Amino acid sequence: MDEALLRSLTPSVLTVLVRRGADFAAAEDAVQDALVEAVRVWPADPPRDPKGWLITVAWRRFLDATRADAARRRREDVVEVEPAPGPAPEHDDTLQLYFLCAHPSLTPSSAVALTLRAVGGLTTRQIAQAYLVPEATMAQRISRAKRTVSGVRFEQPGDVATVLRVLYLVFNEGYSGDVDLAAEAIRLTRQLAATFDHPEVAGLLALMLLHHARRAGRTAPDGGLVPLAEQDRGRWDTAAIAEGVVILQAALARDRLGEFQAQAAIAALHADAPTAAETDWVQIVEWYDELVRLTDSPVVRLNRAVAVGEADGPRAGLSALAELHDTLPRHAAVAAYLHERDGNLATAARLYAEAARQASHVAERDYLTRQAARLNTLGAR
Amino acid sequence: MAKYLLLKHYRGAPAAVNDVPMDRWTPEEVSAHIQYMRDFADRLEKSGEFVDGQALSPEGTFVRYDGEGRPPVTDGPFAETKDLIAGWMVIDVDTYERAVELAGELSAAPGAGGRPIHEWLELRPFLVETPPTITE
Repeated sequence: MDEALLRSLTPSVLTVLVRRGADFAAAEDAVQDALVEAVRVWPADPPRDPKGWLITVAWRRFLDATRADAARRRREDVVEVEPAPGPAPEHDDTLQLYFLCAHPSLTPSSAVALTLRAVGGLTTRQIAQAYLVPEATMAQRISRAKRTVSGVRFEQPGDVATVLRVLYLVFNEGYSGDVDLAAEAIRLTRQLAATFDHPEVAGLLALMLLHHARRAGRTAPDGGLVPLAEQDRGRWDTAAIAEGVVILQAALARDRLGEFQAQAAIAALHADAPTAAETDWVQIVEWYDELVRLTDSPVVRLNRAVAVGEADGPRAGLSALAELHDTLPRHAAVAAYLHERDGNLATAARLYAEAARQASHVAERDYLTRQAARLNTLGAR
Repeated sequence: MAKYLLLKHYRGAPAAVNDVPMDRWTPEEVSAHIQYMRDFADRLEKSGEFVDGQALSPEGTFVRYDGEGRPPVTDGPFAETKDLIAGWMVIDVDTYERAVELAGELSAAPGAGGRPIHEWLELRPFLVETPPTITE
C-alpha cells in the first residue's frame, strides 16, 4: 500500500470533481471518503488505474451525499439541484487548488490545515496530531475554512506568494507528531514546482531541501539543539544538498530574485562549507543585504548582524545590532554570542540568561541556559 | 498558530472589578456563570481554537522527595499560599492579539448581579518543543 502515491493523487482527483461541477467542500469530503476506502480495499485488491479508481469512488460518494442532501431538502420543499456529470479534463488544475487553499481570506492556521487536507490528502486526525490539538477542533477549523472559501470561484487567479507562505509555515513547524510536516511540505512544494514554473517556487523548494539536509546534524542524541558551527557535517544529507543547489542555481539563472531564493543562497553557502571556519561569511553578508532590500524585515537584519560579526569581527556585529530594537525576538541571544566573541564574558553570561527567559522554544531555552551556565562556571573559577 | 494557557486564580491575581465571592451570588447567577463558561468553550471549539480546559480543586497537597528508600513527604494545604490556580483553558490561535481578545471575553463572564466579573486572567504562551527549522 503506497500511501505517498495515494496522497499524491489527492489534488488531481479533487480538481476533477470540482471541474465536473461539484461544490468544493462536498467534493473534498467525497475525496477523503475515497482515500479511506482505498486504504481499506487496495492492499487486498490493488486497482490497475489508481487515479481512475479514486475518481469513480469519490464521484459516487459525492452523488450519494448530494442525493441524500437533495432528498432531505425535497422534504423541506426546496428544489433539487444535481450537478451535471462531465468528462474529466486533461489539463492540470492542481495550481488552482493550491491557490484556493491558501486564499487570503483564510487565517494562516486555517490555510495550513486546508492545504494539508485538500492538497496533501492527510486525514483530519493526522493534522490534529501534528499540531497537537483535539481532532474535533481541527475538524471545525477545516470546515470553517471550507465555508470561508465557498464563495471563491475555482478558476480565480491567485498569488503564488500566499501559497509559498503557507508551505513555508508547514515546513517550519518541523516534526513534532507522527506526521513529518517538514517532509510533507517538501512533497507539496515539489508537486507545486512540477506544475508551476516560477523561480520563487524553486527557491522555496531549494531552501527546504538545504535545511532538511542538515536535520540529522541539528539534534544531539539527548534531543538538545546543536548550533550550526558545532554540527557534524558528515551527518548532513549530501544528496539533498546537491539537489537543492541544482534547483537554486537554475532559479537564480532566471534573474528574478526573491526572498526564498536569497534565503536558499545563504543556506547553500553554509551547506557548501567543508568546516564552519571555511564558511564564506562575506558572501553571506551580501545575500543578507539583498534580503534586507527585498523584505526590510527586522528579523533579517538581526541575522545579518550575526553574519557581519563573523565576516568583520564581533565589534562590527555589535554595531550592526545596535541599530536594532532590543525587543526583537532572539536579540539577547545574538548580543550574548557577539559579546562572548568580543571577550565580554560576564555581559555574555547575563545576556544568555536573559535570552533563555525570553526563548519561545524548549530546545532553544535549554541551549541558552547551558551557554549561560558554561560562562558562569568559567567566571567562578 | 501558537498555544496559550489562560489561567484562572482563586488567589494571587489582582482583585476583580466585580469582586464578590461565588457563594454570595444567587443560585441563578451561579448557573448563568457556568453556562457562560460552557458556551465560551463551545464557541472556541467551533472556531477551531479550543485545546483543553480543566478546573482544579482548591485543596492541594505539597509533596517532595525525602531521600533514598524513604516515602515522599507530604504537607499542606497551606492557607497562606499566595497563588492558587482555579483552572485553566488552553487555546490555539493565530496571534497574540487573538489570545488577548479571547481572554478578555472569558473575563467578562457574569458574576454577582449578573454583571461581568472583570476578573484578571493570566495569559501564558506555551514554549514550543523544537525551534523552527529555518532560523539563521
